[in-house]
Amino acid sequence: MATTATVQQTKWWSGGKSPFNMEYGKLMMWYFLMSDAFTFGAFLISYGTIRFSQNFWPDPNVVFNAFPGAGHANLPLAFVSVMTFILIISSVTMVLAVHAGHNNNKKEVEKWLIWTIIGGAAFLGCQAWEWHHLITGEHAVLWNGQLDIVGQTTRVNPWGELASQQDIAAAISNTPREVLEKLAHMSAGHEQGAAHANFAAMSTPDLIKAIDLEDLHIRENGPVAFGGYFYGITGFHGFHVFSGVIINIVMLIMTQKGVFERRGHYLMIEKAGLYWHFVDLVWVFVFLCFYLV
Amino acid sequence: MQHPAFEEVTFHHHTDDATFKKKVKNTTILLSVITIIELAIGLIIYNIHKGENPNELLVLMFKGMVVILTLAKAYYIVAVFMHLGDEIRNMIMTIVVPLLLFIWFIAAFIYDGNSYKNLRNKYDSHYKESTMPSKHQPGQH
Repeated sequence: MATTATVQQTKWWSGGKSPFNMEYGKLMMWYFLMSDAFTFGAFLISYGTIRFSQNFWPDPNVVFNAFPGAGHANLPLAFVSVMTFILIISSVTMVLAVHAGHNNNKKEVEKWLIWTIIGGAAFLGCQAWEWHHLITGEHAVLWNGQLDIVGQTTRVNPWGELASQQDIAAAISNTPREVLEKLAHMSAGHEQGAAHANFAAMSTPDLIKAIDLEDLHIRENGPVAFGGYFYGITGFHGFHVFSGVIINIVMLIMTQKGVFERRGHYLMIEKAGLYWHFVDLVWVFVFLCFYLV
Repeated sequence: MQHPAFEEVTFHHHTDDATFKKKVKNTTILLSVITIIELAIGLIIYNIHKGENPNELLVLMFKGMVVILTLAKAYYIVAVFMHLGDEIRNMIMTIVVPLLLFIWFIAAFIYDGNSYKNLRNKYDSHYKESTMPSKHQPGQH
């Protein structure tokens, strides 16, 4: 047993060879990714700490229930599952690009890199849509004794508890006229083509009658930290996806120019691949922390 | 396949195309299936929340299951897609051992957040009354 250990040690640490059987750049990529894991970990754990310090936290299924082109349909988890699958598939195409690199197959490397870039761009497009939808969304809320209409930003959170009907009834008289007009418009449903001018012409009591208070699901304000954490962490992840796409584009151009062919190996693709898989790995945890639990 | 620039690398990982394709295919299917199970559990949690008197213990159990499935996914991404499982043991340990800090990191900070909540609820009754969710809300979705 002791002899085997000595032989092993002599084998790897006697000099002249890489004790980790790995070239420098790839090893350093691994250490960079480990440190990046701590950065993401710190963000997510900070989010967890704040979440555990609150008596109430919004149900993600209530917040993330929209799908492009589906209007106001309630589809919890649908869009984020599309995003998750896009990232898993782009990870698979990256594995195939790395493998093609091992075989020194230039055409295959190019093909799979292009698919990976398309996957990354598609994911970024989905994220842009989701952010836009959350920020510009119109949600009826009750706070400071009056009704208001807000989107999800880093300063406000419209996903508190459902407001009680008597609180709403008390708040409606304090609500500014322009908000009432908007609420009546929302009740009528934007898609029915109800012109805003019609509501502007109505008397205030008629306007209040036109508002379907039950249907609007008016909520109180939720924890403000929600927006900052969501946009901060998904934004930081999105930035990683973005830089990953840029790195992959650079790899594609270098492959096309024959740089790796002349060099005799495609180890750079391997390093870019490690980074890309890490982005997928982080998404697995972002998906867990923001959308699933 | 010799890499002249990296003579110090003793051996290269060679897998023949058929074995490799099979491994990638199996891992892809596995990751997809785990994701679908996670989504199903997410919808179960959503429906429990929607119903009368949500069973908090049941929700917690399902959330625990999702966490375990996520760790399984992370393991397969790192071990198969990133090929960490194929590297030599000493190298794997330099990555994995520092990550063990997360065990303390998560436990300590979650405990801290929870403790802050409990102390605040205990000593600040106004905070407790104004933020504690009411038991059940009809029509919440």
